[in-house]
Amino acid sequence: MATDAFVPRRIALQVTPRGGIALFWQKYGSSYLFMAPFLAFFVVFVIAPVVTAMALSFTYFNVLESPRFIGWSNYKLLFLEDDVFVISIANTLKFAIITGPIGFLLSFMFAWLINPLKLKTPLALCFYAPSITGAVAMGVVWKIVFSGDRYGYLNNWLLGIGAIDEPYMFLAEQAAIMPVIMFVALWMSMGTGFLVFLAGLQTVPTDLYEAGKMDGIKNPLQEVWYITLPMIKPQLLFGSVMAVVAGFSVFEVATSLAGLPSPLYAGHTIVAHMYDFAFIRFEMGYATTVAVFLFALTFGLGRLLMRALSSKNEY
Amino acid sequence: MTAIAQRAIPYDDPLPRVWRAVRRASPAPSYLFLIPMAVFSMLPIVYVISTAFKPLEELLLFPPPFLVRRPTLDNFQDLLLATDALSVPFTRYLFNSVYVVVTTVLLQVLICSMCAYPLSKARVLPGRNVIFGSIVAALMFAPQVTRIPQYLVVQKLGLIDTYGALILPAIAWSYGLFMMKQFMDNSVPNELIEAARVDGATEWTIFWRIVMPNVAPAWNTLLIFGFIQMWNDSFSPLVFTRSEAMKTVSVAMIGLTNGPTAIARQGAQAAAAFLMTAPTITVFLLRQAKVIQTMAHSGIKA
Repeated sequence: MATDAFVPRRIALQVTPRGGIALFWQKYGSSYLFMAPFLAFFVVFVIAPVVTAMALSFTYFNVLESPRFIGWSNYKLLFLEDDVFVISIANTLKFAIITGPIGFLLSFMFAWLINPLKLKTPLALCFYAPSITGAVAMGVVWKIVFSGDRYGYLNNWLLGIGAIDEPYMFLAEQAAIMPVIMFVALWMSMGTGFLVFLAGLQTVPTDLYEAGKMDGIKNPLQEVWYITLPMIKPQLLFGSVMAVVAGFSVFEVATSLAGLPSPLYAGHTIVAHMYDFAFIRFEMGYATTVAVFLFALTFGLGRLLMRALSSKNEY
Repeated sequence: MTAIAQRAIPYDDPLPRVWRAVRRASPAPSYLFLIPMAVFSMLPIVYVISTAFKPLEELLLFPPPFLVRRPTLDNFQDLLLATDALSVPFTRYLFNSVYVVVTTVLLQVLICSMCAYPLSKARVLPGRNVIFGSIVAALMFAPQVTRIPQYLVVQKLGLIDTYGALILPAIAWSYGLFMMKQFMDNSVPNELIEAARVDGATEWTIFWRIVMPNVAPAWNTLLIFGFIQMWNDSFSPLVFTRSEAMKTVSVAMIGLTNGPTAIARQGAQAAAAFLMTAPTITVFLLRQAKVIQTMAHSGIKA
């Protein structure tokens, strides 16, 4: 497929020694026109608020009074004195490192398995359903399942088969909270990544597989490794970046199961910490400091992933 | 390249051949594994649907029975009675939701796709790395924090309590743009674009006739994401609008189940959850079938 050998028309324009605005416009104008609407909205409704939030991290801001500049105080407080923040980092890292990769692999595996099947739309709906209803149904159902008395479905069952003698407090015992949160999060993880992989698999031309057989591909695993994965690399990159973002910004699952604050902060995450300061204590300045830290963390990891998986000039 | 592939050459690796033979014989093993997983995955939806139809005495049982035994429409009736007490007819919320969600999602998909096209396909584009870099960066900023500054922007623009406040901030969807670009990178052959350009097609024609049909699975998927996200969003209507006539269904549902006039009953909540979920599932089924169908028609061949 590597047919990059032809010389496109536009190269001729690029070697012209001097251009000026007219030539620049002739070359790139249409590209910028295509991007203009998005960029206009992006600057007003995304960049401006993000920059404002970053600026607020250097202030004391309680929403009622106007922000007061306090330099690096928020950052000093965050790193040197806030013990709960350290707990929230530990919980978030544990969560992201375990659920991120597993959720990513499960999404790919299920998408790949159901793609050749006749019943793929209904099956896709079944796997995608938990992430549609998410916040609404999830809390109610899982709280009954993990309920700490003998009427909780899980306790009831474990008592029934004689695995335990008395009900276990799944949502109050420090050791159990994070595993329960991770379990529910994994159950919900067949969301965007899963659908994007499914759509990506649709775009792999079937005759590539035929050609692969001619070139000596011996078994389905080689087929996945040498054809499917390279062909959906952009979707994999998208999925992995989304998995990192989702892993580090875990919040709703944790608070709806364990509460805010959770017992002994066992289910406290970075976003929960931020939410606590922003919308419960109304210390917006400090909350944005937490946000900037989280941003630096996910952004750094995202850049690493982009570099590792980048698909530029590869096809 | 494809002309040679006239008969399939059998795999000669012994162990995978068994596996493959089984898989070719029938998709049964896949189904045997996938169907139990699918059922497990669907439990919460089944629970909500069945709770919505439970009569009062079953709602009060503990532990709650998973499936409804004697289904009734009482919960929906409760919900309707409660909506009678509202100052605005329920259809007004419904109109607001449909109008805002449909407008936003169509604009989102169009504008994100338009921006993704040069980012993915222009050979030289000054500023590409800065633009794409900042869009990816925006993806990673926890949305909870930017909401207060976003409110300040909406207020400055005088948009509070208008449809614009609900639609405009949602249009620049970094997520949608990132996804469209990823799909265009691999799914639209550069040769096709160059060929059209040589034939004298304008950029708009290329975008509309070549790029968009080739990434149909992507924008159909994006329509699903956008719809579900906007339909379920209760934050923006709560914060960006004041009068009752501007609120959407998601806000009305919160009011019905939690507010002062609330019937704080699990059954009505489940009925509300059922009504909220039904449109998203419908949209999913309609568009996902399209995602799977489109490739059969668009005829991309390598």
